[in-house]
Amino acid sequence: MTTDQLQKITTQVRRDIVRMVHAHQSGHPGGSLGCADFVTTLYFNVMHHQPSPFSMDGNEEDLFFLSNGHISPLWYSVLARSGYFPVSELATFRAINSRLQGHPTTHEGLPGVRMSSGSLGQGLSVAVGAALTKKLNGDKSIVYSLHGDGELQEGQNWEAIMFAAAKKVDNLIATVDHNNQQIDGTVQDVLSLGDLRAKWEAFGWDVLQMNGNNTEEIIQTLKKAKEHTGKGKPVVILMTTVMGYGVDFMMNSHKWHGVAPNDEQLKKALEQLPETLGDY
Amino acid sequence: MKKYTFSEKKDTRSGFGAGLLELGKTNPNVVALCADLTGSLKMDAFQKAFPERFFQCGIAEANMMGIAAGMTIGGKIPFTGTFANFSTGRVYDQIRQSIAYSGKNVKICASHAGLTLGEDGATHQILEDIGLMKMLPGMVVINPCDYNQTKAATIAIAQHKGPVYLRFGRPSWPVFIPENMPFEIGKAIVLSEGADVSIFATGHLVWKAIQAGEQLAEMGISAEIINIHTIKPLDEKAVIQSVSKTGCVVTAEEHQLNGGLGDSICQLLSRHLPTPVEMVGVNDSFGESGTPEALLVKYGLDSKNIVEAVTRVMQRKKALV
Repeated sequence: MTTDQLQKITTQVRRDIVRMVHAHQSGHPGGSLGCADFVTTLYFNVMHHQPSPFSMDGNEEDLFFLSNGHISPLWYSVLARSGYFPVSELATFRAINSRLQGHPTTHEGLPGVRMSSGSLGQGLSVAVGAALTKKLNGDKSIVYSLHGDGELQEGQNWEAIMFAAAKKVDNLIATVDHNNQQIDGTVQDVLSLGDLRAKWEAFGWDVLQMNGNNTEEIIQTLKKAKEHTGKGKPVVILMTTVMGYGVDFMMNSHKWHGVAPNDEQLKKALEQLPETLGDY
Repeated sequence: MKKYTFSEKKDTRSGFGAGLLELGKTNPNVVALCADLTGSLKMDAFQKAFPERFFQCGIAEANMMGIAAGMTIGGKIPFTGTFANFSTGRVYDQIRQSIAYSGKNVKICASHAGLTLGEDGATHQILEDIGLMKMLPGMVVINPCDYNQTKAATIAIAQHKGPVYLRFGRPSWPVFIPENMPFEIGKAIVLSEGADVSIFATGHLVWKAIQAGEQLAEMGISAEIINIHTIKPLDEKAVIQSVSKTGCVVTAEEHQLNGGLGDSICQLLSRHLPTPVEMVGVNDSFGESGTPEALLVKYGLDSKNIVEAVTRVMQRKKALV
């Protein structure tokens, strides 16, 4: 797929995100918009996966785990646009009787989701477990995961980071969305992570960095990350993104972490995001 | 009163270890994870026989629970092993989100439960774990009573698809369940039939209930002794059937009264068959250091306490007539 085609899909995904959060006046647009380029590229250009019929075990498929589950609107849009479930279902996000719960869950049987997430800090352990099972099964596929930067304040991550390096879980590519924003302010102000690269390296990971709002750079870095797998070390990509990317008034502020746009703001946002694949 | 004897005492954790080793031989999908307590959990035989299927996680229980959840994706059946305290309270949210709500096929195997952990004291003697686990939707909660039952339960839970909490303990304890007795999840076992009172017991206190039954028989009281090894799902039919006959109940467990087996039985009976109930368990208190036997006596979990509870509940039954 060309970079141009990927960007067109991403624009539609961003449009879906804003409309979903607006529809029931609930959800997290900021991080969803910021990670849209990455998750879209991963699903449409990188991962080997089978949307239908969906297999929970995912044997011989690349797997993706979203640890920062609050950016569910992004994931749901990408899953639907990939063919995991009808795009019309995006209209039910956060409404009663929906499979599209506020935070992703396996509980309602939504295809594409293999683990509940949103209680932060748990996704890396799960991804490590899935990667271990792939090794036991002789399955050469890759396990991908995405984590928030603020989420790294949860101690369980560091247990998993230590474990993955010590046990040479080298079929795993974790990505950290480093937008430097969390609910109460900047990550630096709330609880600084210090030198993140040095920390991951000291724990024994292979560390890459990229601009998560540049499709071409995402493609190249993910390619490189995949080349780094199978060499005895887990791989992490520290991904710099701008929260709210693609909607000017939502950019660079934690204020849009978990706030829905009103009708006027929706209109303004959609003017910046032309319909490319057709709205749901 | 049916006569129960035992020729040896063994710890229930060794029953778990033996069951796990057996599973290793028969089920290639069974994997085991441990948080630096391999010897205490008796998982060393499995580790030695199947090193590629054994995962030492270090002292990091939260990560261990998450890894176990992730390992189910692709078809493995993970058995986690650590003390009951660190298997439940310490990792409650990991179990809630990544295992129970996600419906993952993880077997949480917990040793050193209750007061009979002994000398390590209250920091390690969890008495709330049954309550914590039974509150989680879909979680099966099992507390076997001796070595043989623990071994059989360990083997049986691998066949059950979904999360299970298996609770066992540290002390050497009479082995009185027949070696080859099959274990059926959710199926109570009537150990001795009786007419005057139903005694529902779980875990180590099943043996205490048998001892109490013998003392009661000498007093001319016919006790029906039922082993509730599965607290959730509770064998409601067996409970109702027994209570319909006896008209009064004593429950016995090595756990807080809040949230334990007695609590589950009271819920059932208050809805379907209101009956006088006396409960033997720990009454809103932490434990302390001491030998298992001394602790059971001090905290009112001995056979004598079961006999006294029977006397009380039978008086209450009489007063109703």
